[in-house]
Amino acid sequence: MPVFVRDSEKCVGCLICMFACGRAHLAVGLESSCIKVRSQGGISRGFSVFVCRGCEDPPCARSCPEDALIVRKSGGVLLKEDRCTGCSYCVKACILDAIGWSTIKNKPVICIQCGECAKSCHYRVLEYRRI
Amino acid sequence: MIQEDTLKKVLYIDLSKKKFWVEERTDLFSQFIGGTGVAIKLLHENCGYDIDPFSPENPIIFAIGPLNGLFPIASKTVAVFKSPHTGNLGESHAGGRSAIAIRMAGYGAIVIKGRSDRPCYIAIHSDKVYFKDATTLWGLEEGVSAGRLIRNQEPGAGLRTIMRIGPAGEKMVSFACVTLETYRHFGRLGLGAVFGSKNLKAVVVSGKRDLKVTNFKEYKEVYGELLAQLAQSDKMRKYHELGTSSNIMPLSFSRGIPIKNLLTNELQEISNISGESFAEKHLGRRVACSHCPVACIHLATLRKPYEDEPYFYRTVYLSYDYELIYALGSMLGVTSSEGVLKLIEVVEDMGLDAISTGVVLSWITEAFEKGVISEKMTEGLIPQWGNVDTYIEIIKKIVYGTSEFFNDTRRGIDYVSSKYGGKEFALTYGGNEMPGYHTGYAAHIGYLFGARHSHLDSAGYAIDKEAMVRPLNEEQIANKIISEECWRQILSTLVICFFGREIYTVDVILRCLKLTGYNISKEELLKIGQKIYIDKYRFKIKSGFDLSSLSLPKRVFELPSSIGLLKKDFADRIIEILREKIKSLL
Ligand code: SF4
Ligand code: SF4
Ligand code: SF4
Ligand code: SF4
Repeated sequence: MPVFVRDSEKCVGCLICMFACGRAHLAVGLESSCIKVRSQGGISRGFSVFVCRGCEDPPCARSCPEDALIVRKSGGVLLKEDRCTGCSYCVKACILDAIGWSTIKNKPVICIQCGECAKSCHYRVLEYRRI
Repeated sequence: MIQEDTLKKVLYIDLSKKKFWVEERTDLFSQFIGGTGVAIKLLHENCGYDIDPFSPENPIIFAIGPLNGLFPIASKTVAVFKSPHTGNLGESHAGGRSAIAIRMAGYGAIVIKGRSDRPCYIAIHSDKVYFKDATTLWGLEEGVSAGRLIRNQEPGAGLRTIMRIGPAGEKMVSFACVTLETYRHFGRLGLGAVFGSKNLKAVVVSGKRDLKVTNFKEYKEVYGELLAQLAQSDKMRKYHELGTSSNIMPLSFSRGIPIKNLLTNELQEISNISGESFAEKHLGRRVACSHCPVACIHLATLRKPYEDEPYFYRTVYLSYDYELIYALGSMLGVTSSEGVLKLIEVVEDMGLDAISTGVVLSWITEAFEKGVISEKMTEGLIPQWGNVDTYIEIIKKIVYGTSEFFNDTRRGIDYVSSKYGGKEFALTYGGNEMPGYHTGYAAHIGYLFGARHSHLDSAGYAIDKEAMVRPLNEEQIANKIISEECWRQILSTLVICFFGREIYTVDVILRCLKLTGYNISKEELLKIGQKIYIDKYRFKIKSGFDLSSLSLPKRVFELPSSIGLLKKDFADRIIEILREKIKSLL
């Protein structure tokens, strides 16, 4: 059940979804957040949201030399943290730029498909959808 | 506070020696929480009372609080400095990405001292600080944005703040602002000029980290409740929908919006510049500060044809709100929304405080009509109510002009009217130009006694609104002004945007503080608010602010306000009560 970007034109750039994602990863702040919001070269042009779409055949998992990313049945991947060496190949493999990075742990932050970001967005930019 | 919290770290930057260091100030943050409370302490420590605001010794202090980065709408940064505009306390608040960026970079406050020998900008990326050359960014022509150039140079996209000055700051206009994220400002009291005096073009801050709370489960609960309230509450609707500009029409009906330097209560076609008109004709996008779901920032589109080339247009986005429409609209007799937007554009390009600029222009217009100033002094420009094109030229002259008169306007109208005359209609309060409420005694006296002479100090217009229903006596008004200002010190220690004040009640704040490791009682909290208020006043008075010479501009008594014509003796009694109360607190 991944999150889809319904309409990023409505995004106000509040970062509420990023903080929600942090909490979903049992943290407070932005270090443990994988969803990203960035202006499109200046705020007047609006924002883009980068979030995992839960690929069925995820290139991030294929790129991982340690088999640390397990493909989930319903799409997306699961991180086996103990196997991960912090090489960041997965980050580069995700063309959506939907993987976060924790500099403290030196490990990726992977979407757990929880939908918290979508639930907390006041502007319905994001939608948590069953597929 | 929580022991591992990085809030206690104060980053000191010396622009003269190009050095920086960090000090842990648990003492300050445990006693005064953060934001304005810590900032005013740091100002007392770092700023000599008799220094020139443009000397290298004047510190620029940014401070945030424990709730920033943890709770929604705790989205503001407090800046304090010695104001070149009033000569005493300079304090201004702004959001944008700044508060979250400073929190994520791992600091509770930043103190910038000294003066760079060449134009420079500072880039703070977590624990790294870089001094960057900005000689090519200095004196840029319109059309080239320093913000954009810096954006391309620096990392941290999406989470960083870029605070920068424009030509007005470089030229040390005493009401120059600092612009953040294109649409937010440390507007009032001249922080931009202090940047300019230090050869400091910009400050960039970025970082990313996780923070600590005492109880994660409860934290999530409180967070959820706050977020729901911010989304659903009626209290937030006004900021959500039309924004503060929804007040234009109601205040025009109640005669509370100042028009043409308070010469009249009438402005035909004011509905053309109402919040409703702006939304209908121009609203192009809504944006938010970091960690605030309200998105009160309304961006208007203005489509401008190229004069020399047919079928070429450019579309600019400009932020507008009540204060801007007042200062650059009603105050100047401008009743077209395009006209207001054109003025907003030039004020943004120059990097001026919009409120002061509007009031300076309105004073110039009346002074010109009355023959206090002449065409020779204005270099041939003839100011006229509603004439946008001339106002644009005058704004540019205030920044770039070379005549003695325009040189003088760079210091605000308190100075100009002392020199040339026209004091009776110079709408200034403690040296700062008037905000947009002619609602009654509390508004005007609130500006006069507010520590930063802002409508946001004590929100006197809200007290006046109360008085419209149930009359208040002098003592009651004075008490309300002080207690509101003391309470607001708490909000600005945390640092919560004032738009969230109805949701952040005392109980909510105490719960949030507990989760960040502050176990304090309601009484202690209120005491801290009062202490901060007193500390600000101490700074003002030590820097030469004279309580006994405070009075309201004569004009205020000549035109009916929302509560009717104001009487001087009634106002004087409130002023006297406040004077005594403040003296007894000091
Ligand atoms: S679904 Fe959950 S983990 Fe994925 S981006 Fe949204 S909040 Fe983060
Ligand atoms: S992280 Fe990127 S590549 Fe991997 S599943 Fe999500 S969207 Fe696909
Ligand atoms: S960073 Fe970890 S999860 Fe990503 S590719 Fe490398 S080992 Fe695999
Ligand atoms: S919560 Fe919604 S509006 Fe806010 S940044 Fe995220 S997607 Fe944009």
